[in-house]
Amino acid sequence: MKSKTASYPYLIWMALFIVIPMAMVVFFAFTDQSGAFTLQNISTVGRYSNVFVRSIWLGAIATAISLVLGYPLAYVIAQGTERRQNVMIMLVMLPMWMNFLLRTYAWMTLLEDNGLINNALAALGLGRLHMINTQGAVVLGMIYNYIPYMILPIYSVLTKIDPSIIEAAQDLGADQKRVFLRVVFPMSIPGVISGITMVFVPAVSTFIISKMLGGGSNLLIGDLIDMQFLGSAYNPNLGSAISLVLMVLILICMGIMNQFDDGENEKGGLMI
Amino acid sequence: MKRFKRILASFLCAGLLLAGSVQPSMATGEDAPAPDTGVTINVYNWGEYIANGTDGSMDVNAEFTRRTGIRVNYTTFDTNESLYSKLAGGGASYDVIIPSDYMISKMAREGMLEELNFDNIPNFQYIDEQFRNPEYDPENKYSVPYTWGVVGIFYNKNYVDAEETKSWRVLWDEKYSGKILMFDNPRDTFGIAQKLLGFSFNSEDTDEWDQAASILKQQKPLVQAYVMDQIFDKIAGGDAWLAPYYAGDAAILVEENEDIGFTIPTEEGTNFFVDAMCIPKGATHKAEAEAYINFLCEPEIAAANMDYVGYSTPETAAKELLPEEVQNNEIYYPPQEILDNSEAFVALSDEMNLYLDSLWAEVKMGGPGETATLIAILVFFLLLYIGIVVYKKHKRKMQAA
Repeated sequence: MKSKTASYPYLIWMALFIVIPMAMVVFFAFTDQSGAFTLQNISTVGRYSNVFVRSIWLGAIATAISLVLGYPLAYVIAQGTERRQNVMIMLVMLPMWMNFLLRTYAWMTLLEDNGLINNALAALGLGRLHMINTQGAVVLGMIYNYIPYMILPIYSVLTKIDPSIIEAAQDLGADQKRVFLRVVFPMSIPGVISGITMVFVPAVSTFIISKMLGGGSNLLIGDLIDMQFLGSAYNPNLGSAISLVLMVLILICMGIMNQFDDGENEKGGLMI
Repeated sequence: MKRFKRILASFLCAGLLLAGSVQPSMATGEDAPAPDTGVTINVYNWGEYIANGTDGSMDVNAEFTRRTGIRVNYTTFDTNESLYSKLAGGGASYDVIIPSDYMISKMAREGMLEELNFDNIPNFQYIDEQFRNPEYDPENKYSVPYTWGVVGIFYNKNYVDAEETKSWRVLWDEKYSGKILMFDNPRDTFGIAQKLLGFSFNSEDTDEWDQAASILKQQKPLVQAYVMDQIFDKIAGGDAWLAPYYAGDAAILVEENEDIGFTIPTEEGTNFFVDAMCIPKGATHKAEAEAYINFLCEPEIAAANMDYVGYSTPETAAKELLPEEVQNNEIYYPPQEILDNSEAFVALSDEMNLYLDSLWAEVKMGGPGETATLIAILVFFLLLYIGIVVYKKHKRKMQAA
């Protein structure tokens, strides 16, 4: 009884800020501006399929690179002494203390044609590289901003692995490679899955990164939704329809990812 | 319009506001004899669009409080559209707002503005004849002009010849591929294409909009980026050589940076814009809001304000109080023939706005997509999901057996 009472504030919170907004998105997606039922918004979303393809593609690349970069780092951190681990994790978190916009804005000045990187390259006698306003710059922005969300869950799972299990594997004659591939990696899968979800979802729906680093011509789903609310037409119905399709897509992707988690491992990473 | 001084500064402000810690523009007027009965009016204006006491300027809001005892809660927006969605969404209460021309006509049409009581705004007498009864507010019931300006072309003198910038065509010149910036909002961007084709900004003919969209699609490969405030930094830093921009802010950069020039294209004409003060429907302190509007129309106040903001004042009496070089600067006060050759934005019909938004998304995407593609993606992921679930069940069964 007591625990039930304690959960009321959370239930109210969830209803206010999760359930009601979701219901409103669904309502808007299926109504026109006068409030009558229509399927037109949903069918219009199809015209923006290029944007969906681009967003998913760029989000997937960013997630894959984050995993390739983030896993080894999480592994190295988890090997260190406790003191060293704390310092390293703090360093991973450090950029997140700064405002998201400022960090992305800083990349703009770095990547600019006459920016710091290009000026340095030119001074060294190497040619200039065109980086800003390309898809590569958008992916870079995504990786830079979201990689901590990949490293942290993997790290937390890795540190929870009982060292005696690894010792057991070694005692049974497994070499280092085998220990990693057959014991450590499978046990870290829950962390990898939360990491992938936590990078992929915000990367797919970002809008400010593509606006600032993509020069406005690498339109992503987030930009498209932004345009419906702050564009000249003010069309929240279409905006909600696009959001709804995006939600369905992400839900399916998360469903697929969760299938890779066998549920044998109860020490799961950070679940969303 | 979308004025901009230091992008970083506003990001910092945004950060501070997000942290919910300060309201930097809250005018308190320390030594002012603020009466206890003094009310607070909510003013909603463009960012960096009022003299705030920095750089030796007058703190206009504090001065108002000192004179009247009415406190000002001053907040800012960055596009007409965000102002509109905030008011349309309800839940926000403002007493004075300062939208641009086409947004005023849209809001007036939708009954979102209060009619002003001009008995409370005697200083309206100072507003020049040519700014009264404008196209966007034909009977001058809802608005009092605050600033005005025109759109011109920024160019880098090292690479671009000033002669070329007399026509909007220069923005389609392949020589400058990758060095051209365009506005990141549909009305302004389509406006340039429409002028080049000789159409009106306010056309209700879908065919004309289609043609404008098609030349914008041709132009897209040459465009480095679609941006708003960043135009300022990118032009100043030499990353781009050509970009359209609003005259008021442009003059600041031209004064600071000798490599940068600014031309108002005379061949096809340009966009003439006005930002004007209005009172939204449901304002709680209408009389105080009118007092505020009246105060801003006072020539000395308007002059002090414009001196800081950098845009042009619609009052000759205020203009005469400004420094000589500003008065004679053609970027601030272009000659009459340029104004005669320019057109203001008026609100489009709702259908036209929806059509324009879809054209704009098309320009930025490079053509419409196929519904089939989206369905294919959804089906693919769904099948993948079902496939995995079935496979795992099968495997479990095999293991159990």
